[in-house]
Amino acid sequence: MNFIERIGASLIGTGRQAKSVLALFFDTIYWLVAGPFKNKFAKPDSIFSQMVFTGAGSFLIAAFVSFFTGIVIAMQSAYQLSRFGANIYVAPMVAVGLARELAPVLTALVVAGRVGAAIAAELGTMKVTEQIEALETMALNPIRFLVVPRFLALLIMLPCLTVMADLIGIFGGFLVGVFNLRLDPYRYITFSFKFMQWKDVWTGLIKSVVFAITISMVGCYTGLKTKGGAEGVGKATTLSVVTSFILIILFDCILTGLFYFTQK
Amino acid sequence: MEREIIIKAENVVKKFGDRVVLNGISLDVYKGETFVIMGGSGCGKSTFLRHLIGALKPDSGKVALLGKDLSALNEDELDAVKRKIGMSFQSSALFDSMTVGENVALPLKEHARLDRSVIDIVVKMKLELVGLRGFEDLMPSQLSGGMRKRIGLARAIAMDPEIVFYDEPTAGLDPIVSGVIDKLILDLSKKLAITSVVVTHDMKSVFSIADRIAMLYEGRVLEVGTPDEIRKSSNQMVRQFVSGSPDGPIKFFQQKDDYLEQLMK
Repeated sequence: MNFIERIGASLIGTGRQAKSVLALFFDTIYWLVAGPFKNKFAKPDSIFSQMVFTGAGSFLIAAFVSFFTGIVIAMQSAYQLSRFGANIYVAPMVAVGLARELAPVLTALVVAGRVGAAIAAELGTMKVTEQIEALETMALNPIRFLVVPRFLALLIMLPCLTVMADLIGIFGGFLVGVFNLRLDPYRYITFSFKFMQWKDVWTGLIKSVVFAITISMVGCYTGLKTKGGAEGVGKATTLSVVTSFILIILFDCILTGLFYFTQK
Repeated sequence: MEREIIIKAENVVKKFGDRVVLNGISLDVYKGETFVIMGGSGCGKSTFLRHLIGALKPDSGKVALLGKDLSALNEDELDAVKRKIGMSFQSSALFDSMTVGENVALPLKEHARLDRSVIDIVVKMKLELVGLRGFEDLMPSQLSGGMRKRIGLARAIAMDPEIVFYDEPTAGLDPIVSGVIDKLILDLSKKLAITSVVVTHDMKSVFSIADRIAMLYEGRVLEVGTPDEIRKSSNQMVRQFVSGSPDGPIKFFQQKDDYLEQLMK
């Protein structure tokens, strides 16, 4: 195979994979929407346990990341802004930067590493130990039974985590502003929220919804496609995290562009 | 008396890429019998089993279960058929995240509208059948391989299926546990009048459980018959397989001729 053929082959392969992931996504939506009417919705307790794992379980690490990110942006922007004596603008810089960009993306990356990997590993192990097949033989659809709870849990919990990351990050910046830059706490807070608009928050949340779909679909797809024992599970887990990371960054760029160019 | 055919495979062909795995298999299984499918590794017996349970679709030919052509059914109808069959997996395939009791209860909870207390009783009965009552609250990881197989069996019969499929039920088990599993398969067929289809290459268990045996080789049926007929078979390949002899028409080393060439290259 020459170089161009190789590129072509890998493009076709990627296209096929993308098509399969989309098919999985539509199946998931089907079970999500049609499931309740057929009296075949995902089990509430399995949705709940997935939500606890995804949300409550990721809270500390997501909080840690956003808290220190808030501190770092505050210091980095103060470094620039103090030259103009515009220290107070650290406040909106931190708030808007977090809400629009950093909180959704960093939280998604953390969750992709933690939850996406766990999904791929768990479903992958179930696949190689015939558990997925056992479900199918029992006339239990694996998408309804395994994918829908994980999808829902991420869809609900990732935006929640993002909102908390917004607030915690702002608090981190606030600490720098008040204790290092000697800004008035009340003024810091009012400035933060004066410049931050609703649009900043909801564009961030739209991003986190897209990331949630990405993480859950990539994790479930790689998990369900696992082949070849323990090595296969390891590969699936790695593939899931790497793919999620790339797609998160890619979708972030696309969405940011979309929001940027469509503003009036 | 004409016996009722419960599984009918007609000329089933399956290819994975260029490799022909099943090359036109036709078989009938009668209601209530224990039917053993045997053959060497890679002869397509596990693949064939997956066609019988509707997990794989044949490229051509058809499989009918309980009188219904599987490839002609829609998803709901296929599910209805699947509820009447049970499968015991080679690796037992218990759900790691659930206790033994929950594993056995799962198909009941999902498909039967039964009260929680009734399900508990059914679970106890099924575990009693496999001799593991009282293990409800253990996790699968706390059990030995043989116990897991038996729990998998209890789960397979939870819905009182008409047919139970066994994929290598005695593989990797010690002789005593293998004997226990064989006895269980026989007991279940007799007590519950279940049709059993067993895929195995364990000769001892083949001859102790089978009513009829089919021998597969390279995706084809070599011979079908009762254990006595198989023992007295005139087919050299069947004889070689039954006796486990390394010499015979079934070659272990496939390309003897170019061995020297490859060495000298």
